[in-house]
Amino acid sequence: MVSGLPARTPPPGLPQLDPAWSRLVEVDGVGADAGERRTWHCLDTGPVLTERGVAPVGTVLAVHGNPTWSYLWRRLVAGSLERAARGGPAWRVVAVDQLEMGWSQRTGTRRDLAQRVADLGAFTAALGLAGPVVTLGHDWGGVVSLGWAVDHRADLAGVALLNTAVHHPDGTPIPAVLRLATAGPVLELGTVTTTAFLDTTLALARPALPADVADAYRAPYRSADRRDGIGGFVADIPAEASHPSAPELDRVATGVAALDVPALMLWGPRDPVFADRYLDDLADRLPHARVHRFEHAGHLVAEDAPYAPAVLDWLGEEVGTAADDAAPASGPAAPPREPEPEFEPLWARLDARADDDAPAVIGMTADRPLVVSWRLLARRVREIAAGLHAVGVRRGDRVALLVQPGPTLTALVYACLRLGAVVVVADAGLGVRGLSRAERGAQPDYVVGETRGLAAARALGWPGVRIAAEPLPATARAALGVAHRLTDVAELGRSGVLPPEPGPHDEAAVLFTSGSTGPAKGVLYTHAQLSAVRDALAAHFDVTPETGLVTGFAPFALLGPALGTRSATPRMDVSAPRTLTARAVAEAAAASDARIAFLSPAAILNVVATADALTDPDRAALAKIRTFLSTGAPVSERLLASTAALMPHATAHTPYGMTECLLVTDVTLEGIRAAAAAPDAGVCVGVPVPGVQVRISALDSDGAATGEPGTEAGVLGEVVVGAPHLKQRYDRLWLTDRAAERETGPGRWHRTGDVGHLDAAGRLWIEGRLAHVLTTPDGPLAPVGPEQHVERVAAVRRAAVVGVGPAGVQQAVAVVELRAAPRRAGLADAELAAAVRAAAPVPLAAVLVVPAMPTDVRHNSKIDRTRLAAWAERVLTGGRVGRP
Amino acid sequence: MTVLVTGASGFLGRAVVRALQERGEQVRTFQRRPSGVPGADDVLGSVTDAAASARAVDGVDGVVHLAARVSLAGDPAEFERVNVGGTATLLDAAERAGVARFVQVSSPSVAHAGDSLVGVGARPADPARARGEYARTKAAAELLALGRDGTMPVVAVRPHLVWGPGDTQLVERVLDRARRGRLPLLGHGAALIDSTYVDNAADGIAAAYERAPQVHGRAYVLTNGEPRTVADLLAGICRAAGVRPPAWRVPAGLARAAGGAVEAVWRVRPGQDEPPMTRFLAEQLSTAHWFDQRATRAELGWTPRVSVDEGLARLAAHYGGA
Repeated sequence: MVSGLPARTPPPGLPQLDPAWSRLVEVDGVGADAGERRTWHCLDTGPVLTERGVAPVGTVLAVHGNPTWSYLWRRLVAGSLERAARGGPAWRVVAVDQLEMGWSQRTGTRRDLAQRVADLGAFTAALGLAGPVVTLGHDWGGVVSLGWAVDHRADLAGVALLNTAVHHPDGTPIPAVLRLATAGPVLELGTVTTTAFLDTTLALARPALPADVADAYRAPYRSADRRDGIGGFVADIPAEASHPSAPELDRVATGVAALDVPALMLWGPRDPVFADRYLDDLADRLPHARVHRFEHAGHLVAEDAPYAPAVLDWLGEEVGTAADDAAPASGPAAPPREPEPEFEPLWARLDARADDDAPAVIGMTADRPLVVSWRLLARRVREIAAGLHAVGVRRGDRVALLVQPGPTLTALVYACLRLGAVVVVADAGLGVRGLSRAERGAQPDYVVGETRGLAAARALGWPGVRIAAEPLPATARAALGVAHRLTDVAELGRSGVLPPEPGPHDEAAVLFTSGSTGPAKGVLYTHAQLSAVRDALAAHFDVTPETGLVTGFAPFALLGPALGTRSATPRMDVSAPRTLTARAVAEAAAASDARIAFLSPAAILNVVATADALTDPDRAALAKIRTFLSTGAPVSERLLASTAALMPHATAHTPYGMTECLLVTDVTLEGIRAAAAAPDAGVCVGVPVPGVQVRISALDSDGAATGEPGTEAGVLGEVVVGAPHLKQRYDRLWLTDRAAERETGPGRWHRTGDVGHLDAAGRLWIEGRLAHVLTTPDGPLAPVGPEQHVERVAAVRRAAVVGVGPAGVQQAVAVVELRAAPRRAGLADAELAAAVRAAAPVPLAAVLVVPAMPTDVRHNSKIDRTRLAAWAERVLTGGRVGRP
Repeated sequence: MTVLVTGASGFLGRAVVRALQERGEQVRTFQRRPSGVPGADDVLGSVTDAAASARAVDGVDGVVHLAARVSLAGDPAEFERVNVGGTATLLDAAERAGVARFVQVSSPSVAHAGDSLVGVGARPADPARARGEYARTKAAAELLALGRDGTMPVVAVRPHLVWGPGDTQLVERVLDRARRGRLPLLGHGAALIDSTYVDNAADGIAAAYERAPQVHGRAYVLTNGEPRTVADLLAGICRAAGVRPPAWRVPAGLARAAGGAVEAVWRVRPGQDEPPMTRFLAEQLSTAHWFDQRATRAELGWTPRVSVDEGLARLAAHYGGA
């Protein structure tokens, strides 16, 4: 045992740390320390606030983990003082260095979890800390802070957590890195004798820590005798139930589940230790918690992501303070609910036709159509639902579906909906990496998949109990870690009973965005909202039981039974929409006697290209279609017209929407042609469909959408939408939710991230993405309008207008892809530059040519303007040209 | 109101005299040779001469100081004597004469350490990091001038890369080299640079003179606010004069190294001729330098009236539409 070292304050000059925040506190020891005086170092803004004559509304008690120290919280300390100085609510921040850690005393004893929780209680008692207190913890400090929270319920106003864990599921191994670190001889060597554990932890920062910041973290741990606490912490990890600290951990874990104070969890998912499963466990214990996953952040989320403003916003908006502690904000903070007396569940029309032998869903296969009647589908849905219930699936459980569109997927979706299980749907088009990220983020409790999906789930360690959608042999099931087969589940359900139906405000589905405008986000819908999607579609496109649908576009493929009409999914590889042929569409139309066809923009190019193969019966089936929709991304008038030509009696529509609000506006081919004569910039996407409201939040000179959302014609701004079928929220992206609902006024609104304007006729024109707006000295400039002009130059195939230079003084630059592609990227020649400048409605600092535009993998149509802008900036500062 | 313009016989000086006259000012000029500017009252002499300077400022309300040694290379002592010494002498004289405003015509190179300048404002002059003798001495001069702001209102304006018909500094050098096939593009010629058409520069300087009581103590970069690539600008000038634009390239790094070497040689054997390349010139032609004009325009109440394209058309007319 080392004899101990006294506490001290940090050396001056550590980056972003003000010595005025540091103080030493004498504390009477408790537990094993009874009778001793211990000295703690902490950061405390109390004295600074007192000096300023500001009375704090409450205290944040921040507890670091291992092997960091209170330096971890410096941004929160600074941020809280800034907000107080600006007149915001003043939260005192007390960030301790736990004993044996940081600059606190080295006592020469090793502390287990119960001792550490008691130590913190002794510390706050010595400080005379009274409520309201919000605890904040990271890593093992999260557990200690929650221990304090559970023991001080009267003073507690909220709990906030960064990557941590309070429970480790029985029978599963602890994370590999910890397994190694806790192995006897490695432990001392790795944590105390050497700085390996310290260095490894600091190296987890993404991006890497600046050298001076990393040095500040190391400062209190320069010698082995100062590092003993690091080893003590690692030794105290209760890897097994027999560990002395396991009972205390269980006590805290159980106590947390009883907390009804506001809770916040800010998470870095790229953490080799505290992975998403621990977040999922905490979210189950604190279901009302606000949760945000910073997609690119890791274990040191306090370094990787802007956690401090998030904590302060949450404190300001959701945590009860001294002034209003009579009514602490607690419980699920759902937005006010709208009265929806006419709610009709999604499965209602399926149930209504449960005795009908007419076709309900038709899967087109290479040989012959696979026809499932209403009767059979209703029975399958009932059986699967009851079977899933029998194997343990409960309301609110998440079920990921990795099944190709077709009758099986349809039955699964309706079974989950009926059960109240939350369907997690991520399009295979995301690719394995995107899909993997999505599945980890959504943390499904169950995964139902075909072999390919299950293999990915197994190989990539996706969470969830695996259920095989195909009748796999036992060996394959074992190899894939499959717990159940869907056939067995349905069999079980034959005699099973169904639990009560979920309500309109229960969660129904998590749909993932396409990922073409950033990492895919999970979008959460309630039953009422999904039913509203159905109703909006049915009303706008006049869908009746006799309509019949060809469903070549994933989200809509599943709505046939809900709409109460038959639907046929054409033959295609869903992960490659470009494989859809004209014949496949015609066959599906014939099989379902369809009047409406839904196709994706990526698919129709090939449909048009393969039109020559159509037979007379094919053409006859297509001639019966009266409505054709291309949804997902804008298509050219020419391509739409070519597709419409294959369906001579159909009106072509291109609705505008997004995963968050699937139907916003709609325009027909005739509408597009009429709009061509208008002088407006951008792509005309038509007028809002009934029930949808569109507003524009004007851009300011910095290109930020700060205007109050309104309907004035000709104002460039962010498109803001409201509708009964709008999403509930994003999944575990609280900050993204806040950003999407920021300053939108009463009611449910969503900032789309698209920019555009409304015209006098109420039509919406999309002019690009908010992130791609240029901020020139003459004001904000949306790219699509100028691009359309540049694309009228004969030699130009595609154009992107991007900004170079700092915000506010950006220069517009045109980057063009030519019909005759040059071998190398570079400056346009004088003649082309002159032609492009003459065509452009704005001054251009330069015209650059590229052999091919960088685009997103998914649609091969959305130009990656962010990347192009970075490239243009490099070239135009005299840097290497290369390729964008 | 009478204003003294030094260096009025130069390309920009003549334009400044005209711009001031258009704004209704009486102009007196001060330079070594007759200015040849109609309507101006010539005082002959050098700004390095205290007695001549005192004569020049006698009775004027304000001073616009353009006189400077402008060259890519040469004897450092000569730059020092004219640009720093001359400015100090003139400032002393102006202060003693009690003039009400002093406009120091400077250069963006006073704050340019050779790196790219992308959309930046007027940073403080920095003689220690400025590249080349001209920039270094102009930086020192600007600091001297702004240092006197306490005793009389002083404002510094830095027109960037001034060109137009009659320009012997930029346009004629470009054309001369292009005609001899000695004008390469450095790198890809893709660096964006700001430039200033001469009438805009003159107008901006006159605006700064007018606004000096409100904006004194500050420095402003003046440009057309239309950055173009080096290749565009050089080709535009060449085409205006009917000369073939440069078509051969030299890697930028090589040019900078070569420039440094040439400069060293020219220091050893200073002559009347100009070195074919200097490190400063290589940097100027291969790195971006364009500026945030918002403060300049708002605070001087000035906007450029002649666009780059219009300026090139006027240049072409000057060369006989060749």
